[in-house]
Amino acid sequence: MPRYLRNLIIALLVIAVLLGLDFVFQGRMLNPYFVRILMLSGIAITLAVSLNLINGFTGQFSIGHAGFMAVGAYSSAYFSVNYGVNLANALGGGKLGWVVALTVATLIGAAFAGLAGLAVGIPSLRLRGDYLAIVTLGFGQIIVVFLNNIESVGGARGYSGIPIVKSFFWIFLIAVLTIVIVYNIVNSAFGRALISIRDDELAAEAMGVNTTRYKVMAFVISSALAGAGGVLLAHFDGYLNPKSFEFIKSFEILIMIILGGLGSIVGSVLGAIVLTVLPEALRGFAEYRMVIYSLLLIILMITRPQGLLGSAAPLKAWRKRAKRMAESAGGGPAAAPTNPSTAATQPDRPVGGENLQ
Amino acid sequence: MSTFLQQLINGISLGAIYSLIALGYTMVYGVLKLINFAHGDVYMVGAFMGFYLANGIGARGAQALGMGADGVVARGLLGGGTLEPSLITALVVMLLAMAICAAIGVIIERLAYRPVRKYSRLTALITAIGVSLLLENGGQVVFGAEPKFFPELFTKRNIQLFEGASINSADVIVLAIAIVLMIALQLIVYRTKTGRAMRAVSFNLQSAKLMGINTDRIIAFTFALGSALAAAAGVLVAIRIPRIDPLMGILVGLKAFVAAVLGGIGNIPGAMLGGLLIGITETMVVGYLSPTYKDAVAFAILILILLFRPSGLLGTVAQEKV
Repeated sequence: MPRYLRNLIIALLVIAVLLGLDFVFQGRMLNPYFVRILMLSGIAITLAVSLNLINGFTGQFSIGHAGFMAVGAYSSAYFSVNYGVNLANALGGGKLGWVVALTVATLIGAAFAGLAGLAVGIPSLRLRGDYLAIVTLGFGQIIVVFLNNIESVGGARGYSGIPIVKSFFWIFLIAVLTIVIVYNIVNSAFGRALISIRDDELAAEAMGVNTTRYKVMAFVISSALAGAGGVLLAHFDGYLNPKSFEFIKSFEILIMIILGGLGSIVGSVLGAIVLTVLPEALRGFAEYRMVIYSLLLIILMITRPQGLLGSAAPLKAWRKRAKRMAESAGGGPAAAPTNPSTAATQPDRPVGGENLQ
Repeated sequence: MSTFLQQLINGISLGAIYSLIALGYTMVYGVLKLINFAHGDVYMVGAFMGFYLANGIGARGAQALGMGADGVVARGLLGGGTLEPSLITALVVMLLAMAICAAIGVIIERLAYRPVRKYSRLTALITAIGVSLLLENGGQVVFGAEPKFFPELFTKRNIQLFEGASINSADVIVLAIAIVLMIALQLIVYRTKTGRAMRAVSFNLQSAKLMGINTDRIIAFTFALGSALAAAAGVLVAIRIPRIDPLMGILVGLKAFVAAVLGGIGNIPGAMLGGLLIGITETMVVGYLSPTYKDAVAFAILILILLFRPSGLLGTVAQEKV
């Protein structure tokens, strides 16, 4: 059987399953609260998997993901409010009309978020490590400040009146698409280039990988997917507020992929589900919920820094970088390659072992 | 013109506080190459410690002892001086808050950062985010989420400079204390043995260790020093603007970090300069443009500086070697 045929069949099967589940959930056969949590998990999966592409697979530590999500959410919401409803009505106002309107809204959200990613990525991906982290955080915050000041989308009061579409099918279609896109990227030549950048940027460049170009591409794709996640969120409750896209949201997504493991798609999916369900489960101790979260995060970092399902590779790359920095800062060749483990600031093993004797 | 001067004075006073916090970021980054995300929250804890201490030994404590609001401590130390008598209370409150936060800083380093030091810097960064979230949310549980109002430690009055421009006595005191603290820090870092060890550790941790420096102790000391300065900033901010809440450290912390990067991270005079520049720019934007863009200023500066001079204003460029 040709490959494309097999893929087509799988795609149709997935759509059929989603439609079937959609039917089950829309038919009120299940507790609506449960369905709501499930849908929120779907949105979280989209966000987490897309962030993993840039943080886990490309090794560029971005913590401004909520900003791109906000761009996608607001641009699509603006479209839906001002044109989407008319478009759907012009097409008969039925299911077909809404499918078209939503598809266009999703594409618009993803495109704007991708453009924002391009605008942020080109200048900031020249930076490395924690500088990149802090710049993406800054950009995310600037986006929120602007949203607070744009009156046509409600400003600080929030944007209400967005058409509400609570569709299990649509949310999980986007989530599955995100997973498929990221999975295929990671397992392609493009993905191998990204992973080589993560593992050793200098070596990748020496091997002819245009690192800046690949990093920006990965960043744009990741932002566009986050934008699609934002579209889902915008149409989920029909209300958006700039406050919900502050860096605490970025941290939340970050914690999801760290819990699951950087560079693991399955991990991201599980992390997204766990961190969406857990707050609900802990609702009884609402006050202590975030305290427990943060303690869990610290303990996880101390005991299993690669996350529950992650491999150690993304972290190793960082260690290598730290090593290199220590060498270049540490006064030249004398400290350099002769004994790498003494020159490293963050050695593999606790220092004081065999190398120093 | 007088408005400009007024804004400048406000900006310098705000900037001095940013500088104090930025120093903690820059010192920790210097020795550990770690962005201590929790630093802004230590500043928040400092303000709250000041709040509890002031209510404990300040007005209420004095009243309990049958004294006036000046307090027993103040009268005992100042006699009949010309200064505000309760200024001493403010100082005592600040010093105690500094001591408590220094201890908290050391505890954070010992329990959270030291165990992950052997892993990558990314792990340490995430741990720092975790500690930050812990302090913010723990603060909401312990101190209560609603804002509190810092007691007035000394009577504030406006000092008329010249036509139009006036300066609040609180601003003068904040600035004076900040300057004294920064001079003290300079002396510690450049004139003492521990300071020399700190500089050695920040130059190269492994070599410093080989030279017989107890690096663990120096790192703990750096955290203590930085946290104490953050606590001082917390109390000083509360003197200027008495409203404190458990999330007050997030934005201020980020801006102070930007100040540290602006001046060149790891560079102590740079952090002071960066803090002043951020403070002044922010006040000017609020005064002349729009207060709503206040929070974007620092980040815009950060992005510009990282694009055009990533090493910061006073930083040195480190060549990366393979």
